[in-house]
Amino acid sequence: MTTTTAPSAGPQTGTPQPATPRKRGNRSPGEGRMAAMLLSPTILVLALVIVYPLLSAVHQSLFRAETGLDADGFVSEVESFVGLANYADLFVGESGRRFLNAFANTTFFTVTTVFLETVLGLCLALAMNRAFRGRSFLRASILVPWAVPTAVSGLLWRWIFQSDGIANNLLGSEILWTAEGNASKLAVIIAEVWKTAPFIGLLVLAGMQIIPGEVYEAAKIDGAGWWRQLGSITLPLVKPTLLVAVLFRMLDALRMFDLPFVLIGPGKESVETLSMLAWDESNQLRYGSASAFAVMLFLYVAVVAIVFVKVLGADVTGAKELKRISKKSRIKATRTQKAEATR
Amino acid sequence: MRQRRRTWQTLLATTATLTVAAVALTGCGGTATDAGSSPKAAASFEGKGPINYVSNRDASGAANKTIEEWNAAHPNEKVTFIELPDSADQQRQQLIQNAQIKLDTFSVLNLDVVWTSEFAANKWILPLPDDAIPTDTMIPATVNAATYRDSLVGAPYYTDGALFYFRQDLLTAAGIAAPPKTWDEMKAACEKILALPEAAGMSCYTGQFDKNEALTVNFAEAVASAGGTVVDAEGKPTVSTAEAKAGLNLLVNGFKDGMFPSDAITYLEEQGRRAFQDGKLVFMRNWPFLHASLSATDGSSKVAGKFDITSIPGTDGPGVSTLGGRSLAISPFTPNKATALEFVKFFTSEEQAQKRLALSSRAPVYASLFEDPAVVAKRPFFPTLLTSLNNAQPRPKVVQYGATTKAIQEEAYAAITGAKDTDTALNDMQAKLTELTK
Repeated sequence: MTTTTAPSAGPQTGTPQPATPRKRGNRSPGEGRMAAMLLSPTILVLALVIVYPLLSAVHQSLFRAETGLDADGFVSEVESFVGLANYADLFVGESGRRFLNAFANTTFFTVTTVFLETVLGLCLALAMNRAFRGRSFLRASILVPWAVPTAVSGLLWRWIFQSDGIANNLLGSEILWTAEGNASKLAVIIAEVWKTAPFIGLLVLAGMQIIPGEVYEAAKIDGAGWWRQLGSITLPLVKPTLLVAVLFRMLDALRMFDLPFVLIGPGKESVETLSMLAWDESNQLRYGSASAFAVMLFLYVAVVAIVFVKVLGADVTGAKELKRISKKSRIKATRTQKAEATR
Repeated sequence: MRQRRRTWQTLLATTATLTVAAVALTGCGGTATDAGSSPKAAASFEGKGPINYVSNRDASGAANKTIEEWNAAHPNEKVTFIELPDSADQQRQQLIQNAQIKLDTFSVLNLDVVWTSEFAANKWILPLPDDAIPTDTMIPATVNAATYRDSLVGAPYYTDGALFYFRQDLLTAAGIAAPPKTWDEMKAACEKILALPEAAGMSCYTGQFDKNEALTVNFAEAVASAGGTVVDAEGKPTVSTAEAKAGLNLLVNGFKDGMFPSDAITYLEEQGRRAFQDGKLVFMRNWPFLHASLSATDGSSKVAGKFDITSIPGTDGPGVSTLGGRSLAISPFTPNKATALEFVKFFTSEEQAQKRLALSSRAPVYASLFEDPAVVAKRPFFPTLLTSLNNAQPRPKVVQYGATTKAIQEEAYAAITGAKDTDTALNDMQAKLTELTK
């Protein structure tokens, strides 16, 4: 039944508007007011905890405190409106160099860690999805890295990566993981992937569990091997879940702060991320440029999220699902109307 | 009906809580544009009543003992201990945020010596009245560290200085009579010792060279020990001098010659302690608190009974230690300033310092307490530490200390890792510090 209606949905997608006013008209006048009332606390809370701090940060980023000492050695602070100067400074001079370095690090960490943990997470999910003895034990133990607080896992890995630590003992090397350099980047990537691959693994596992077994049985009867089943059944069917998991991880990785902070240390340029830079600036009481860094990070995260949702079609908000349902009910309604008309 | 009302109440309560939280959050993030009321009016120290003592954790419980004693004697002026997070950065941030919104709950502040200038210049702490604190009986460096522009703004509480740990057994084996007093003597001693069969696989010396506050300490010590300064008495940076260059070169060449283990670049106090304790080092610069674990006789330390201590080496004679430690200051926003001042006097008095000695290993600021035979029996490093403290210098006394120490770490680290040569690093450091102390 439903499969026959799906193709007819195609040409209708361009004209969803005419349907909406009619729908609104169908509603009783009290219904809209009730909905608004029920939603208003949520909207108020969102405005307070998201919109207001955001606007406040943008406002703050337009000012700069010019500190100087007066004759008695007291700080005379003049906070002046500097327009977009804090933003312009992000691209020139010493602060520009630090910003671009942090920007490059943030991007590098996001791309590498999310890629690696997606691959690893998929493998974990595939392993956990098979029926075997002790499966629940494996699932529980895989969750452990994710359950450990990031700062604690940072300390743990710091201990592993110290100069006379386990990592160097196993490798028989003398790599200075926590000093400046590429080794520290690698250390952050390893620790981050270890920590977050289970998250992707468990989300994807949940997606795999809802694939009906008959599909695989049918594929088996048709002679499809394991690889073919993976490529034609498992991956396409877990794709929506996987995309949401990857998006969540990307947004998290872009905000990465505590792992490099604890594992390698603050102020190490090779692992400094945008969050660490914003923290450092506010720690120096330069709130204007700190806000500018934070706003840039916010914009970066927002752009990545939007691009990801638009290009790859990750259904995060459930909007698609909603559209499909409403379309279905609309078609049903038109049908019954037509049926009534012909009667 | 009742069900629905309850839902509404919950929603309202949640909204209200979040509103308060959001307002509080934004309040903390805001910048105070005017830096407080006039110091003269605030410095009158009037008002009695309960106050709060804001401090980092004191695991020994010694501070709590002092407070209990005060509270027993002053039931109407009770002191409450407010504990701050362990990390110094977080402590500073909380203290600053509370000062910026002029919160009156923080009365007496426990400040790290390097925050003195910043807090005083921003009028977040009050200058103390003349003669309130017996500064003439205290170690001069600790008083200097608590002074901003000729006025005492904090009462020295405890202090800390560098010690030079060395392997007495190996010195004896190599036939060296006295521990080295200069870097050159240390180098010569190392050459002899490392040639011994029992010193196979050992390195000569380490300090703390990871990119951290500890690097600022080690850099400042190297520069001061070579006769230079990081900033002069007027607060102007002086690192593009021949003395500063000689100081930094001691560290740079240490790595180049292989006198320092190559992984010392990742060492903080703890890593250095482990290396020395495992018998991998002949000499080490570190803080006094390691003394107990190095002399542990339970088998955890391979060097127990084999090491000794002296002052850190310099260019021509003993070097100059940097000063650590804490002092107590009074917030201008507390209503009960008279009580706060009385409490600070009581807390930092020689009598209380002596009582705390039995409980805490933190070094007192009164020179006389270092020579008590009973104390020395328990803490054999005290006389050496006193020599170190008598010769100590505070770290750069600048208002923007956070940015200053960052700049020093950045450039010193670049020099010792070989990313920059000494001259470039010091010139860049001078430029950055000039910008910060303008």
